[in-house]
Amino acid sequence: MGADPEAHIVVDGLTMKYGDFLIQRDLSFSIRRGDIFIIMGGSGCGKSTLLKHLIGLNRPFAGRVLYGRQSFWDASLGEREALLRGMGILYQKGALWTSMTLAENVSMPIRQYTKRSEAEIRDIAEYKLALVGLAGFEEYYPSEISGGMQKRAGLARAMALDPEVLFFDEPSAGLDPVSSKLLDDLILELNESLGATIVVVTHELPSIFAIGKNSVFLDADTKTMIAFGPPKELLESSTDPKVIEFLTRGVGRNGAA
Amino acid sequence: MRILVQTTCLANGELSALIAADAVAAQPGAIESEAAARLVAAGPLASSVELDLSGVSEWDSASISWVFRVQRAIQAAGRSCRIGGLPNDAAGLLELAGSVPERKGARRSEVSVPLLEGIGQQAVQLWSDLLEWCDFVGELLVSLSRALRGKARIPVRDIWVTMEECGPSALPIVTLISVLVGVILGFIGAQQLRQFGAEIYVANLVGIAMCREMGGIMAGIIMAGRTGAAFAAQLGTMQVNEEIDALKTFGFSPMEYLVVPRVMALIVMMPLLAVYADVLGMLGGALISSFALDISLLRYFEQLTSAVFLKDVALGVAKSCVFGILIAVSGCLYGMRCGRSASAVGIAVTSAVVAGIVAIVVSDAVFAVMCEVLKI
Repeated sequence: MGADPEAHIVVDGLTMKYGDFLIQRDLSFSIRRGDIFIIMGGSGCGKSTLLKHLIGLNRPFAGRVLYGRQSFWDASLGEREALLRGMGILYQKGALWTSMTLAENVSMPIRQYTKRSEAEIRDIAEYKLALVGLAGFEEYYPSEISGGMQKRAGLARAMALDPEVLFFDEPSAGLDPVSSKLLDDLILELNESLGATIVVVTHELPSIFAIGKNSVFLDADTKTMIAFGPPKELLESSTDPKVIEFLTRGVGRNGAA
Repeated sequence: MRILVQTTCLANGELSALIAADAVAAQPGAIESEAAARLVAAGPLASSVELDLSGVSEWDSASISWVFRVQRAIQAAGRSCRIGGLPNDAAGLLELAGSVPERKGARRSEVSVPLLEGIGQQAVQLWSDLLEWCDFVGELLVSLSRALRGKARIPVRDIWVTMEECGPSALPIVTLISVLVGVILGFIGAQQLRQFGAEIYVANLVGIAMCREMGGIMAGIIMAGRTGAAFAAQLGTMQVNEEIDALKTFGFSPMEYLVVPRVMALIVMMPLLAVYADVLGMLGGALISSFALDISLLRYFEQLTSAVFLKDVALGVAKSCVFGILIAVSGCLYGMRCGRSASAVGIAVTSAVVAGIVAIVVSDAVFAVMCEVLKI
């Protein structure tokens, strides 16, 4: 799979464990540059754990995660930092730094990695917040805004360094259907306008079909991936009963039609 | 109530048992009828058991759960179980409860650990805790040296904020405790010294005790309860909110960004607080001397200056620096390795305070031995 010239992220024989507890084994797939890639599966199957392996928070038990041709865990500390710099991550609950205002949250990575002046940093932070619909909230603390706004602010922070790849951990969890749809639209727009590769962990069917260009399905029982491909194609042509059950909300293909 | 156990001989020679009950769940006799059902089911005679519940007039969750329990007990004994006289909705609920078989290995049972194994596990745990401490301290030292050489980005504002939180804000409580400790020491000492007519040596007692031991220890214990707990709670909450993950993935080292400022702040503030506690403790001694022992303030301070030397104060200050490091490290360590739930934060804070106080006392004992050997 490493041969695919378009591959941005390649997962090669990845096995994940917590201590002695096996989460998933033998995962191999690649994510194309500029795709919106969905990691899906039932609750507790290890979707978020896989994400943590992709962004270097957890070390694989076996196998590799490659960015381009570079293996994340075999890279030196400096190379790893450079790879991290190219990533933006939106955490499940936003994970904003609660002791800082929204503007400070967004400007912190910029200050860390660029030599821009304070005024420029301030402008960029304001622009990024405006991009996610939070203009005017620069001086608010994360605890003073709603959950949906925290998530959008988290997205603004994730985009602060114009990353090549954006990771979303359950973006619609805890959002009402309308906000969730708006966030999906935002993801599509970012993908088109920035050309960034986007990896989304989710089990929300409407989102999966609305934004997913490619996907992998993790199964909790067999502890490995049981399907790979565009979600709509999987819905039409998958032969695996678990995948069909998941993609049709347990109704089955005939029931849904 | 009524329990009727009736056995019938089937055509194939096996026995069938019929249990009729009209009292289930919370009603009187329920335990007896459940026990009877279990007894019949487990007995060698019956191959099938039938429950007749037509006598039960009121159905609620408690009575359905009773039937569910009895049914499972009978099935677990390998007998088939038929239930008669169940109203439709109750039967539906019972079927729903039994429709998904219990997941194998999901039920957790209390495992009783033999004493020796328990001790062994504790010892292994202690060892791995110790290794974790060493690991953490090593990483901290590397980060501190990077910070001192100006290679690490340390949030200076956080150092000032933390210094303010753990220094000036703690002054009232430190004042109260140190003055009282001085008063208590003076009072107890005076009672004993009076027997020899040597009340004036109260000044020596209070001065030496405060400067060498009590000032640092009292300030340390207050800081462990106040600042150590705060560190553990702050970092633990950040861990729960994924804020620390966010720092890592943005390439900020949590060690440099969160731990180093806190440790630095406490290293600076602890000696200051200890000196402050020394002075106030001696003032407390002065109070008790002049009011209760008729020693004039002037005499007290003359005696004090002849008894307390700079080396005593210096020893106290040096100790308090070490206490500060220990408190900050235990607070940050337990905060950083906090689990991902609200109760985990509570556990982290408790462990941080306990470990901080234990570390203070143990290191103080080490200091005592060292002073004895080095004749300080």
